[in-house]
Parts: sequence; C-alpha cells; structure tokens
Amino acid sequence: MAINPKKHEMPNQEPLVRARNFDEVALGYSEEIAIAEAERCITCKNQPCVSGCPVNIDIPNFISKIKDGKFQDAYNVISLSSSLPAVCGRVCPQETQCESKCTLGIKFEPVGIGRLERFVADWHNQNSKELPQKAESNGHKVAIVGSGPSGLTCAGDLAKSGYDVTVFEALHLAGGVLVYGIPEFRLPKPIVAKEVDTLKSLGVKIETNVVIGKTLTIDELFDMGFESVFIGSGAGLPNFMGIPGESLKGVYSANEFLTRSNLMKSYLQTPETPIMKGGKVAVVGGGNVAMDAARTALRLGADKVYIVYRRSMDELPARKEEVEHAIEEGIDFKLLNNPVEILGYNNPDNPRDEKNGFVTGMKCIKMELGEPDERGRRRPVEIPNSEFTLDVDTVIISIGTSPNPLIKNTTDNLEVNRWGGIVVTEDGLTSREGVYAGGDAVTGAATVISAMGAGKTAAKAIDEYLKNK
Amino acid sequence: MYKIITKKELNPTVTQMEIYAPLVANKAQPGQFIILRVDESGERIPLTVAGVNKTEGTVKIIFQIVGATTFKLNQKAEGEFIEDFVGPLGEPTHIAGLKKVCIIGGGVGCAIAMPVAEALHNAGADVTSIIGFRNKDLVILENEFNACSNRLFIMTDDGSYGTQGNVCAPLNEMLASGEHFDMIITIGPLVMMKFVVEAARPYNVPVTVSMNPIMIDGTGMCGGCRLTLNVDGKKVTKFACVDGPDFNGYEVDFDEAMSRGRMYSDFERHAYESACNLFKKGGM
Repeated sequence: MAINPKKHEMPNQEPLVRARNFDEVALGYSEEIAIAEAERCITCKNQPCVSGCPVNIDIPNFISKIKDGKFQDAYNVISLSSSLPAVCGRVCPQETQCESKCTLGIKFEPVGIGRLERFVADWHNQNSKELPQKAESNGHKVAIVGSGPSGLTCAGDLAKSGYDVTVFEALHLAGGVLVYGIPEFRLPKPIVAKEVDTLKSLGVKIETNVVIGKTLTIDELFDMGFESVFIGSGAGLPNFMGIPGESLKGVYSANEFLTRSNLMKSYLQTPETPIMKGGKVAVVGGGNVAMDAARTALRLGADKVYIVYRRSMDELPARKEEVEHAIEEGIDFKLLNNPVEILGYNNPDNPRDEKNGFVTGMKCIKMELGEPDERGRRRPVEIPNSEFTLDVDTVIISIGTSPNPLIKNTTDNLEVNRWGGIVVTEDGLTSREGVYAGGDAVTGAATVISAMGAGKTAAKAIDEYLKNK
Repeated sequence: MYKIITKKELNPTVTQMEIYAPLVANKAQPGQFIILRVDESGERIPLTVAGVNKTEGTVKIIFQIVGATTFKLNQKAEGEFIEDFVGPLGEPTHIAGLKKVCIIGGGVGCAIAMPVAEALHNAGADVTSIIGFRNKDLVILENEFNACSNRLFIMTDDGSYGTQGNVCAPLNEMLASGEHFDMIITIGPLVMMKFVVEAARPYNVPVTVSMNPIMIDGTGMCGGCRLTLNVDGKKVTKFACVDGPDFNGYEVDFDEAMSRGRMYSDFERHAYESACNLFKKGGM
C-alpha cells in the first residue's frame, strides 16, 4: 500500500465558531484515524525522531503499539519518559523537534507524532482507571520550587525513583504556566489537573501558597530536611517597551492579561476578577504568548484584534500552527510595524472625566528589514515619516520577561548571569551544592517541553547526587 | 484553608482578623503584605500585615469593606476558613538607623502604619504619629498608637474627634517651627500621601510612602502593580509587589497611580452592589 504523503488532518472546531468560545480548538484523532496515522510510520532503523525529543520518548515503540490497537501499552511507553503526555501532545512544537527529524518527512509530511501522543494520553485518561503505583520509598527528601512543567517533570521522575518529593507553588493552584499562561482553548485546565493528580498518586506532595524566597528560603528547605532542591520558578517580570503611555488604563502585560483570563477565570459570565473585554485590541509581539493573548482577546469578545510585530511573517517566532489558527480566526497581523507611543484620553476641561487615562490608540511606525544581525535575523529599520495611529482600546505587551528576583535575592552564592537567569551546568547544577535549576528560571522564556527536558535532566542528576552522597 | 482565629469590628467599615498561617507569621515584618482569596472562585487581593503573633502562628489583617471581596471576607465568622493566604510578600519597611520619625496614617492605612510605629518604638526611635480619619466613628487603633508614640495627633475632617483638619496641618506646623525628622513614613489614600510629600518637600525631609496598587499574583509575574518613578529626571518602571510596597515619595508618579487605581471602578461598583444584594436575599 502506498504511503499517504500527508498527515491525517487534525479535526478542529470551525474557525469562526471557536473564535467566540473557550472550548479546545483541536478535537483530537479518533481511534481509526490514530491507527491509520500510526501506519504511516515506516519504523526506520535509526529512529531520528527520538533524538529530536527533549525527553527522548521511545516514539517508534509507542507508535507500533498504536498500530496494534494497544493504546494502553502505547501510553505506558510514553509515560516511561514523560510525566505530562496529554500536555506535550498539545503544546509541544513537534514540527521543530521529533517531527522535523522524521525519515518520512524527507519526501512527505512527517508522521503526526504530536497528534498521536495526544491521542494516546487522552485515550488513557478516558479509559484507564488504573492509578500509577507508588515506588518504594528510599527515604530521601527533595524539594521542588514551582509546579510548572520543569518542576512537575522533575517531581514525577524523582517520585518514580522512590524519592519523597514536595513541590512548593506560590499561586493557589498547581500547574504554573500551564494554568496561568496557556489558555483553555489550547490546553483545557482539567487536563492539567489530571496530570497533577497522577503525580499525587505517585506520592508527590504539592504545597500551594508558599513563595520560596519569601515564605521560606532555599536554605530553610535544607534546614527542614530536604537534601536537594530543584528550582523551576519560571519566567519572571514582564518586559515593557519603555515608550510613553504604557501605564495608561487598558495596557496589560500578556502575563497579566492571560493570568486574569486563565487562572482567575475572567472569561466567565460573572467573574470576580475583572478584565477589559470587547473593543479593539492590539497585541505587541510575535511569540506564542502573543498568539495566546490575541486569541484570548478575541474570545473575550473583542471586535478587532491586531498582532503588531516589527519584523515580517518569516521572522515570527510563534509556532506555525498557532499563527495559522490565529489567521483563520480573523486576527489581523500588522507586520513590520513598531509601536512608538500609546495614546490616552484626556479631557482638559474635566480632570474627573471617567474616560481620562484610558487607551484610545497606539502610534506605530512602519519598518523595513535591513542587514542581518548577529543571529542572522534581518534587523528591522524604521521608515522615516511613516507614523500612523492604530485605533485601539486595549494594548497587550508580549515582548518577553526578565527573571524573577525573589530567589536570587534571598539565596547566598547562587550565581546568576547578567540577565538574572540562574547559571547551571549541563546537569542543571547551580553554583550551590545540592541545588539544581531548570526551565525559564535558567533560560528565560522558552517552551514547555524544553523546561520538561531540563526537569528530567535535573532529576537524573539529583538521583545520582543523592545516591553517591 | 486558613482559619479565622479572631474577628473584631474596629469601626462600622473596618474589621480586624487574626488568621492562622504559621509560615507567614514566622517571617512577616512591618510593611510587608499578604494576598488572600476568600473562596474558591474569589479574586486575589493584597492586604498589608497589621501584626503577627509568632507563638500562636497568627497574622493580623485589618481591612475596610470597600468592595465585593472585602464584603465577603467580612461575612466570615471566627472559626471559619478562608481559601488562600500567602506571604509575606514585598520588602519590609526600612527602619534601621532611624532615630526620629514621623508616622502619618490615613483611615485604614493606620492599620499598616501602626506596626511600623511599634517597630520603630521598640527599636528606641522617637516616634511622632499623626493619624487622620473622616470622623469620630471611623477612628481606629488610638490606644495602640498612644502606646508606641512619643506624640500623637488625631485629626478628623469634620472635627468630631481630636483636631479638625487634615494630617498635613500638624506636620506643616512642626516642620515650620524647625523640627527635624530623619524620615516621614506615610500610609493612606494616594492623595493624602501626595500632599504629605508636598508638605515635606520644602524642608528636604525624606518621605517613604506605602503603595497598594491592583495586584494579582504578588510575586513579580503579572506586572499589574507597576508604578512609574521619576529617578533623577528619568522615568523608571517598578513593581510594587517585589520592589515595594515602600517607595521614595519624591519619586512616585501619584497622578498615574491614582488613575490606574480606577481602572476597574465601574466593575467594582457593580460587583460590590451584587454581592450586597445577594447577601440581602440570603444567597450567601
């Protein structure tokens, strides 16, 4: 039988329907489609896909289990390497990882590995009542700072090896960026809760409302009997552009906008936490977070949503799939434009006018691409006298974050680089004995899966460290 | 879940609670704050720590019933629980080395000013306290301030208690008569703090102000609490949750902070009204 040159399409909600609801965009493969897609895998000898996976899932093995209709076995293969398969199957940039290495991809479209992973995880969550077995305790205590992807992965791996693991989370809910950052329509929150529950049944303890660096310090964790600590505290303070008008009412960081909608559920009909809804919205930036913010704004009821990005489509750092989804939903991409000022309402005759201080527009300047910079990306250059005003009521700034200072400021001898990221070795070891770190706290804003990879690496190093201590 | 150990009405709109939160109690210092959620669907609100009891593991909070969340919090009785309570957040007020200090509190801000006054008093500083309220019924913590102040001025807007006038009146008098303070620490409504700064400016007395902007996480993630400071002619963005809540009063852009504080005033008014209505109907 000839190989189907194309991946089986992911069934999605219709763009114009989904643009107005918070339900998940992608609906997932059926069993039949999953088996048919699995059969596209040619089981090549050198298995390049595995090396493309930051947590080295045995991809050909789980795909062959799908071919045989043994979905639970497929899940068991994945869970040997990944603590969060239902999450990764949804948010990993497979096109630049496993799927980019796929042998089939040389001639055709690669195997839809991400879609298959998601199928297997969802099948397991729907059909399996089996709780994972707790490993026999080895008596060693490890503390994990932060319950985002790196922390949960590190916790899961250590718990599977018998460690007594406690995760400390600053917010009131576990999941980190998976719950406050990534929106419901891309990653439904019950899926995150389910993955967290799986970790709990492995014996992982989760302490919410504890801010490490404030409520407790790293040193106090050692005093409490923890023998090793993993810091996965995530990205920190949002960056702003430093242009006039960024403190006007209606200007949000993407972190704040997404946290209000996702974690605090401002999207509900009668929320307790407010958010500005409707009107015209400009999102500044071109990453995945910018796409999430733009699509969230649309679902909250915006009449018009713009992405304002200073480079062109080719340089847009967001995943292609997210960009395509955004375009389908009607997000207007204002490329090669750079904001220079956010404009606000000001009634000179009435300082008490309630509209005073709210955003009325954003002044932008047109850009063109010049010479490549040191990273090879063509540098955007302003076109003189090309300023124009975009008529908007809300501006969401999504241009990255700077590391959170809380742990650095309260932990002696913890080395950080000049951007404030924690300095680690290849194994994730920091400048302090027994203290490991990974994820955005080390690298600055990156992907869920790279954070998971770092959590996994650190778990292995912590295991070796404590075994040899 | 965090248990309400004691609850006391300080005046008809201001309530004091002690919450069992030993980890927070163990660390909290004057000037720091906590964030709480009353129930599972509730919003996160910051409240400054009004005192701690390390032996009992309790943290004292004092809040004014101004919106839906503080209204719901006030419906809770002693022995009941609130959903979340996290802290201590922010930097403590810097009091080291201060010998002579003027503490100025306005309204419920006095609840935050009091532990700072107490800490200074315990450190041997000379403390002058000026506390201001709208009227006699709203006066709180008079005895507590008396106990830790070398001098205490009580001001009311309508003269129904203490002296009629605002908190700047006694400050102006003292400064004009040549009195020197190492520091003025002021906590209260933004407009009051702005006027305190203006009163102190001609005399070059350092002023510390305590900012209480809208926050969500309180740990340096969302950026909602940002303020603009004017530092040596340059505008600098700071975050009240991790850089504050105390700032150099001469640097804070108060007008911007006041404007930002009103971002959701419409929403808050409606939420408060519907919370009250729900309660009247027996729905809560």
